[in-house]
Amino acid sequence: MSGTTRAIGASTPRLDAADKATGRAEYADDVARPGMLYAAIHTSPHAHARIRGYRLEAARAIPGVKAIVTGADLAGPHCGGIIKDESMVARGKVRYVGEPVAAVAATDPETAGRAAAAIEVDYEPLEPVLSIDAALAPGAPLLHEDYPSYVKTVQGGGHGNVVFESTVEEGDVERGFAECDTIVEATWETQAQHHVYLETNGCVADVDASGRITLYATCQSVHHIQQRVAEELGEPMSRIRVRATRVGGGFGGKHASNIHSIAAWLARAARRPVKLVLSRMQDFEIQRSRHPARVWMRTGARRDGTILARDVRVTIDGGAYADESPPVLAFALLMSRGPYRIPNVRARGAAVYTNKLRAGSFRGFGNPQASFAGESQIDELARALGLDPVELRLKNAMRPGDTAFGGQQVPSCVLRECIERVRAAQRAAPPLAPRPGRRRGVGYAALSHISGLMGTAASVQLRTDGSIALATGCVDIGQGSDTVLVQICADALSVPIDRVSYAPQDSDSSPYNWKTAGSRSTYMTGRAVALATHELRAKMLAHAGDMMECAVEDLELRPGGLVGLKGLPKAVSFKEVALRSLFHSGGPIAATHGFVFDGPGFDPKRAAIHQLAFANLGVYTYGAHCVEVDVDEATGAVEVRRAWCAHDPGRAINPAACEGQIQGGFVQGIGYALTEAMHWNAEGWLTTTTLADYKVPGVLDCPVEILPILLEDPDPTHPVGAKGVGEISLVGAAPAIANAVADATGARVRRLPMFPERVLAAIDARA
Amino acid sequence: MSTPYPLALQVNGAEHRLEAALGDTLLTVLRDALALTGAKRGCNQGVCGACTVLADGEPVRACLTLAHECAGREIVTIEGAAGRAQALQEAFVETGAVQCGFCSPGMILTAAAMLERTPRPSADEVRAGLSGNLCRCSGYRKIVDAVLRAAETGAP
Ligand code: FES
Ligand code: FES
Repeated sequence: MSGTTRAIGASTPRLDAADKATGRAEYADDVARPGMLYAAIHTSPHAHARIRGYRLEAARAIPGVKAIVTGADLAGPHCGGIIKDESMVARGKVRYVGEPVAAVAATDPETAGRAAAAIEVDYEPLEPVLSIDAALAPGAPLLHEDYPSYVKTVQGGGHGNVVFESTVEEGDVERGFAECDTIVEATWETQAQHHVYLETNGCVADVDASGRITLYATCQSVHHIQQRVAEELGEPMSRIRVRATRVGGGFGGKHASNIHSIAAWLARAARRPVKLVLSRMQDFEIQRSRHPARVWMRTGARRDGTILARDVRVTIDGGAYADESPPVLAFALLMSRGPYRIPNVRARGAAVYTNKLRAGSFRGFGNPQASFAGESQIDELARALGLDPVELRLKNAMRPGDTAFGGQQVPSCVLRECIERVRAAQRAAPPLAPRPGRRRGVGYAALSHISGLMGTAASVQLRTDGSIALATGCVDIGQGSDTVLVQICADALSVPIDRVSYAPQDSDSSPYNWKTAGSRSTYMTGRAVALATHELRAKMLAHAGDMMECAVEDLELRPGGLVGLKGLPKAVSFKEVALRSLFHSGGPIAATHGFVFDGPGFDPKRAAIHQLAFANLGVYTYGAHCVEVDVDEATGAVEVRRAWCAHDPGRAINPAACEGQIQGGFVQGIGYALTEAMHWNAEGWLTTTTLADYKVPGVLDCPVEILPILLEDPDPTHPVGAKGVGEISLVGAAPAIANAVADATGARVRRLPMFPERVLAAIDARA
Repeated sequence: MSTPYPLALQVNGAEHRLEAALGDTLLTVLRDALALTGAKRGCNQGVCGACTVLADGEPVRACLTLAHECAGREIVTIEGAAGRAQALQEAFVETGAVQCGFCSPGMILTAAAMLERTPRPSADEVRAGLSGNLCRCSGYRKIVDAVLRAAETGAP
């Protein structure tokens, strides 16, 4: 056993990789229970309609049908995040095409599907509201007539079809603009992007003889699903158990629960296990998307490039239900200043309801929309000032000790280094040969994001043989948190990682974790793991001190599971410590640590904040992207040739995992920038419901070279200095590519995705 | 339920006698009747490649292939990976090419068939060979590296 290599900083292969590569890993659709039924969902054919009634006789008469649920069966309160406006199946009204209206459980999938189709619903169609403008038009049909009576955990001034409104303001914007020599202004539009985790959403609900339900779910939090299902079924949480399966990707799309209650309800009604796994088409139709957004932005600077003022208005299209719209809006506003020192900034925003799929949490969480506008505008400002866009960024970049928008102090900030490193790397790279008919351009984006939010906990236990049992509620959704958390624990005890077991997430036993979201697993849960392990170590040392009759201060951990007496060969093994503890302290040595993000909140003396769905956020992370693109002069097609992505993971616990996050995030950003768009027709039907119609990047759409650059600057608030890089890696792609397209062609594309025809139109519009 | 008909399938070197409806896909039969869940249903639309298995050494999309068409063909799923496929599994793990892992079985079997034809591929050949398989997590870079690494190691 070699304990000399540190667990932290090693690109250890992931603990779950071999199971996944050999087909052993169990995902939601791989779960099977004896006597299992299959669920099918009857979905709405209308974007907006009143439900007058249901006719279920035909469906009930089909042999093999065991349970049916419709909105008429639901009596409990509405559910949801900050605004409780939704139910597992529609009640009273449908608000988007594809909305679950009823569900059936039957003995096989085919019968379930036939029964779902046999359900008849009597609708009174209403006029659909399909865009931000239509939602805000005077006299627009209301999606939620009952909005005033909904339970809201944060008040956001909603009215009409407005879900939430927020404002953040620092300094005096009007005065700031009055001192500017150059002002630029424009509007950007972004589309609905779907997560397209390769595993569609699904779960299996099992039920025991007492009616207690166990859900096996692909998810981003067992605790969240447990709470939502209990609320929706009117059961105490003690009667709902949720266990995470392996998760085939999440990216925010499995962050909030919506379908789990359906499976649980049907299982309870049929008293049999029920599997509900969405088809790809239904996953597109009934899950969630990134918010389409319109961002108007105005930025002004002095002749020398000092940026003095920015005014922003963000409107996001939240779709039919509020879901995460209030916090996405808030975060978009907070990110709209960009990572710059701008003394006078005003950001105002609204989220609106429309008759489309709900928009919700998605990697970046409002930042991609804000940064597409902001980082595009920095280039336009540089052009108007006659300055180099990289120099303009460096001149205004935040530095350590500055405050973020909202007033929090930022102790560590490597933004300037990130920008300089990607520029130097691009300049040092051997130039790619020019290609006939293509114009080459280089573009940059500077970025910030957060890592933090809410509460989490970890528990750690010394087993009787001296090995370690670690448990947290953090679900690994593919980003590698299982491995990283074990590395943190093993490192703190100087043992190899195979001496630490990591428990799968189970709401019956896992310590609380809010969600795998907000780039928070390494930072938040990692902190909890480190501090719980430190406490465990202290308890172990106290036992060892008794055993060796010496003071704890004279003890040290030795690699490989030993507690030794400093300066002497004398030592006791973890196993001996563990066995002693059974008889001296009545059980295994254990420790837990839980906390809520405890960093500074917004500073009311600096920033006037109105109706923000957060009190504090997290620690800040910084990054910069540089891309080279080729634009086809004839077709307008954009090809990303190379990319350099500098990021600040604080301390890279597992550098290969950080690189994988950066490369994967950047490629999801390429999809957002160039090809991915959900499209609804004039009746509100989603027309992009296959992976052939909705184009996610394949390997040939990606550059060969996506070069991650890790700039480690340990975060002072984390015991091992780590921060998350899961989301920020997506954020820079779209603006950097847009800036590169402008560099190549002189044309500015302000609408995503940058389809070839939009690029050609922008080229034509130059004159 | 549609009428089942008897079917003999050769999977991972063993013969299985079972019943399947004429419309049942190979993916459904592998996953539901044989409990070989390593082939993943990413789209059931023939686009993502997560369901890829080998039929007589050629990669096929199990979601687009009818089970009865496979009578008499030698099917290999990820559970039966050997030789090149096994070297690929190891390379995927070592290189960090597995994130959520949902694409991994299909990627590995597609790559195994490619290495059978082209044992020493260039990076561009690997990219072309994997162009029909989607991965949403990795950005593909480490997957391409893993295939090149497995090719270097050679088949065991
Ligand atoms: S599941 Fe067969 S190609 Fe996607
Ligand atoms: S690792 Fe998640 S889809 Fe490839």
